[in-house]
Amino acid sequence: MTPDATFLDSTELVLNMGPQHPSTHGVLRVILKLDGEKVLGTDCVLGYLHRGVEKIAENRTWAQFNPYVDRMDYVAAISNGLGYCLAVEKLLNLEVPGRAQAVRVILTELNRIGSHLLWLGTHALDIGAITPVFYCFREREATLNIFEKYCGARLTTHAFRVGGLQYETYEGFEKEVNEFCDMFLPKVDEYEELLTGNRIWIGRLKDVGILTGEECKEYGVTGPVLRAAGVKWDLRKAQPYSGYEKYEFDIPTCQNGDTYDRYMVRMQEMRQSVRIIRQAVASIPEGPIMGKAPKVIKPPVGEAYVSIEAPKGELGYYVVSDGSTQPYRVRVRPPSFINLQALDRMIAGGLVADVVAIIGTLDIVLGEVDR
Amino acid sequence: MAATPWDSELARELKERFGDRIIETSTYLGQNFIVTKPDAAIPVLEYLKLEADFDYLVDVTAVDWPKRPERFDLVYIVYSFARNERVRIKTYLPEGFKPESSVGVHLTANWLEREVYDMFGIQFAGHPDLRRILMPDEWQGHPLRKDYSILRQDQTWVRENLEIESGQ
Repeated sequence: MTPDATFLDSTELVLNMGPQHPSTHGVLRVILKLDGEKVLGTDCVLGYLHRGVEKIAENRTWAQFNPYVDRMDYVAAISNGLGYCLAVEKLLNLEVPGRAQAVRVILTELNRIGSHLLWLGTHALDIGAITPVFYCFREREATLNIFEKYCGARLTTHAFRVGGLQYETYEGFEKEVNEFCDMFLPKVDEYEELLTGNRIWIGRLKDVGILTGEECKEYGVTGPVLRAAGVKWDLRKAQPYSGYEKYEFDIPTCQNGDTYDRYMVRMQEMRQSVRIIRQAVASIPEGPIMGKAPKVIKPPVGEAYVSIEAPKGELGYYVVSDGSTQPYRVRVRPPSFINLQALDRMIAGGLVADVVAIIGTLDIVLGEVDR
Repeated sequence: MAATPWDSELARELKERFGDRIIETSTYLGQNFIVTKPDAAIPVLEYLKLEADFDYLVDVTAVDWPKRPERFDLVYIVYSFARNERVRIKTYLPEGFKPESSVGVHLTANWLEREVYDMFGIQFAGHPDLRRILMPDEWQGHPLRKDYSILRQDQTWVRENLEIESGQ
């Protein structure tokens, strides 16, 4: 006769991680189903940072909504702003002057570097390397200083306006940006010296959280995650906007699609950003910084979808106008939200410790996941 | 400027295959979109994926037009890596209509459809896990509907869960 089943017979354990957990990079709650150390499945609970950004848009004018988009992916506020401005300009069928386009590219790429640096620092911290975070924040500070001098704000910058820029560049802008580039490139080598060949780093990241190119497409995953899986796709090249077609740069890719490859891709991307910034600074055209934007923005009835390559992936805006001064609908296609959906697939069969590595490598910002 | 007919091989192929289930194929501001009858959206998505390489579902979203008999626009945006081309598929749904889920075609649609359900109350038939995603599970109302005021809250939920009286 077999004894009655006891709780010891059950091998599954449900573990709650977050919402207040340092390695979820914000308020993300992940419910893990475990068999010992092995992860059998996950369920993400979202919405802790939900502010109803899309609803707010419908109750503001087109111009008033512009600063709100900075609060979604607050690590890359300038990218958000660029995407929104491009979307509204598309609806208005508005041409942006070359000078404004070049300055936009410079600031957006600086912001990409800042975003990748914050990712690198915190990701390394999650894995257990304390040092890089200090270096990363030190260099990120330099980009923030440039933003501050340019528009007065460091994080949620509201740097661009529909039609171009509000501010002319400050005295010595080009020089400072160039100095940053000169200073920054050797620093990337330094980070790599700390991490790339490090045995613990490799041990924790290699073959962890593999996502193949096909899986990426199935899940709609974009950005560095897609490129690390060997798909050479970057919206800046595929469908250039804001004058990216004028600059020479490569799309870094890797083959395995594991956490280590995603690290390598992002490191390369920072170098490519420097390349773009240098070319853009050297060729800022003279001229006006504002296009022929109307004083009151009233796009004709219609809709458009415009997307850009944000540091996290494809950031899209689907905007609908009913011909009034307020947006009828603004839909944000958030790269973090959609990339996070692949978490379950990436973790399957991994260990609890890998969960932290994988959340880190997805580079999500909860402000954008929840909006 | 109004939308103009979208003249391309793909548009012709689609019309040939789906006949009058495709209501419109147009271009506006250089962006192509297809309007289909509600029951044709999923077959069109599937056709685009399998026959025309549109293998990446970019987004699923909705727009509320309360004064129209078909109250909702349901919008799918797909992209093809091979063609470097984007197409929007739109359908018009009356209130209460349950469109078929597209999760069977694109896995991405899982969370995206959950969000549409959460925000607009559109229920997808055959969705594997149709729960709210951003709002709390017990929340009443769907915030992105036009008749949902920006000041409105689920007062009962706020009182029970946050133990405060809402000031709004």
